[in-house]
Amino acid sequence: MTLPAQVGTGRKFFMNFPVTADSHTLAAYRGRGGYQALAKVLSTGMAPTDVTKEVTASGILGHGGAAFPAGRKWGVVKLDDGEPHYVCMNADEGEPGTFKDRWLLEHVPHMCLEGLILASYALKGRHAFIYIRGEFDLPWRRMRDAIEEAYAAGLLGENIQGSGFSLDVVLYRGAGSYVCGEASAMLASLEGKKGWPRNRPPRLTVKGLYQRPTVVNNVETLANVPIIIAEGAEAFRKVGTAKSPGTQMISISGHIARPGVYEVEYGYSWERFLYEDCGGMQGGKALKCVIPGGVSTKILSAEELKGVTLDHNSALAAGSQVGSGGMIAIAEGTCMVRLARVIQRFYHHESCGQCTPCREGMGWMERVLDRIVRGQGRPEDIDRLYHISTANDGTTICSLGDSAGYAVTAILDHYREEFEYYIANGRSMHDGTLTVTDPFAESLARWHAAHPGALSPTLAAGAH
Amino acid sequence: MSRIAHLIPEFEQWKTRYPAGFEGSLTIPCLQRIQQERGYITDADIDDLVAYLGVPRTQVDEVLGFYTMFTRKPIGRHHLQVCHNVSCSLRGAEGLVAHLCLRLGIGPGETTPDGRFTLSTVECLASCGTAPMMMVNEAFHENLTPASVDALLEALP
Repeated sequence: MTLPAQVGTGRKFFMNFPVTADSHTLAAYRGRGGYQALAKVLSTGMAPTDVTKEVTASGILGHGGAAFPAGRKWGVVKLDDGEPHYVCMNADEGEPGTFKDRWLLEHVPHMCLEGLILASYALKGRHAFIYIRGEFDLPWRRMRDAIEEAYAAGLLGENIQGSGFSLDVVLYRGAGSYVCGEASAMLASLEGKKGWPRNRPPRLTVKGLYQRPTVVNNVETLANVPIIIAEGAEAFRKVGTAKSPGTQMISISGHIARPGVYEVEYGYSWERFLYEDCGGMQGGKALKCVIPGGVSTKILSAEELKGVTLDHNSALAAGSQVGSGGMIAIAEGTCMVRLARVIQRFYHHESCGQCTPCREGMGWMERVLDRIVRGQGRPEDIDRLYHISTANDGTTICSLGDSAGYAVTAILDHYREEFEYYIANGRSMHDGTLTVTDPFAESLARWHAAHPGALSPTLAAGAH
Repeated sequence: MSRIAHLIPEFEQWKTRYPAGFEGSLTIPCLQRIQQERGYITDADIDDLVAYLGVPRTQVDEVLGFYTMFTRKPIGRHHLQVCHNVSCSLRGAEGLVAHLCLRLGIGPGETTPDGRFTLSTVECLASCGTAPMMMVNEAFHENLTPASVDALLEALP
């Protein structure tokens, strides 16, 4: 089943057509004006540097989570160094709560591909790569078909549209690893190796894939490029805010009435988004907090969200980030101790094991949280969690461990009393509740009856 | 005789889109193709792939150990992978696992004695807005309820 588009307010770059059984095809994309940006670049003989200039002038910030200016990343590559240059589309969407790239891959694969072709043109690439997570079957099939359609139509391959520009695209499937979403780990994986991140410098734009200059961009970032080139940077900047031009694809989940993928113009009211566009909370509950942009971003309480707008500066001023646009709404009555336990299980599972502070710290934090939810927490455990997080922070090659620390300590900062209560009383202040309405409540009750004293079927020892 | 000989023409076709000289990149795609055919990777498969690609055996071993989607031993005919990350937990993943445990008589990480089902719990599959969900072999099944899970399991051979 494909993901539906949610109706929201504001100007749209992606969700501006009715999704049908064939709206993802080349013919449909061309019917909407697709590949005109590429035609414009190739037919006018636009210089590669001018394409980069336009992208830089658009002010677009990377949509993978770090919000790095895309134009600046491209501008670092020295076009006449005699080396092959590679562009890689990061479609390894794995940040918990994030599923917006999946929508783009399923519904506008050609728009993503046109962005990749334009980026390769701008960076004088001859080979480009799409690294898609292994679990994405339908998005992979859609992108595979889009690539073959593009080859057949002369939009890929040798001498594209008689321009002298040639490009081959490899669609590369991951095999199950969160850390491969990190650019250097992704390139190691593309080389056919285990996905271990590596230290910079040298930057990937100097020595990346096969030790050659490489630009890695998120799916959504690349999908914006045809719009920037077709309409011009100036027109692009008229959408969104001065510091965050354009739109953001937001995937929202959790205790929200209408979960799904929305396209939101930067600068939109966060509360209006939650309460009007998304229909408020499930079961009419009050909002407790949100995870704003993937679990690696710090939570914001309902109080902290007042007056905040959906753009980078406003989110930063509120104490968090837009991140990957993966928003998770959490209702009043949710047990934040259990929630932290679920989050930390994830980070421990995904730590690649290369750097000692993360390899050891992730498991240590998980064990501390695990004993708290089992009613065996110790008074010093809260300080212990802060200590492990601080000791890990900034000491590792990639930021996986840092993010885990920020995520868990942000929950501690906000809801310390829930942890103190759990440790003092050996049970949750909120009965360990994670759901508002649980379709499987009856099955869970039967499971508990059959396993007296057991905590949970997903928190059993060795349930990893 | 190499057990992957019949796959070589396909692998050679893939090579045409890569920059020359970097065939080691095919380690992961080749292993995926072999696993797709046999369900898991054997020691003989590793020998054959090392001989074909000319990559160090340690590289192949590391890849197989690192990525969660590779398996070195047979598993059930239908691999049920339930996401138990944050968004799914907020929408009933725990109860979904309980339901499957009760129905199949196994726990996460186990296979039914008839070899029909293997149950696993996994991390985020980017299906957060359609939780709770599980992946059955390659396919996503979303917005699950007890009735839809029961109907799905009965429809599987």
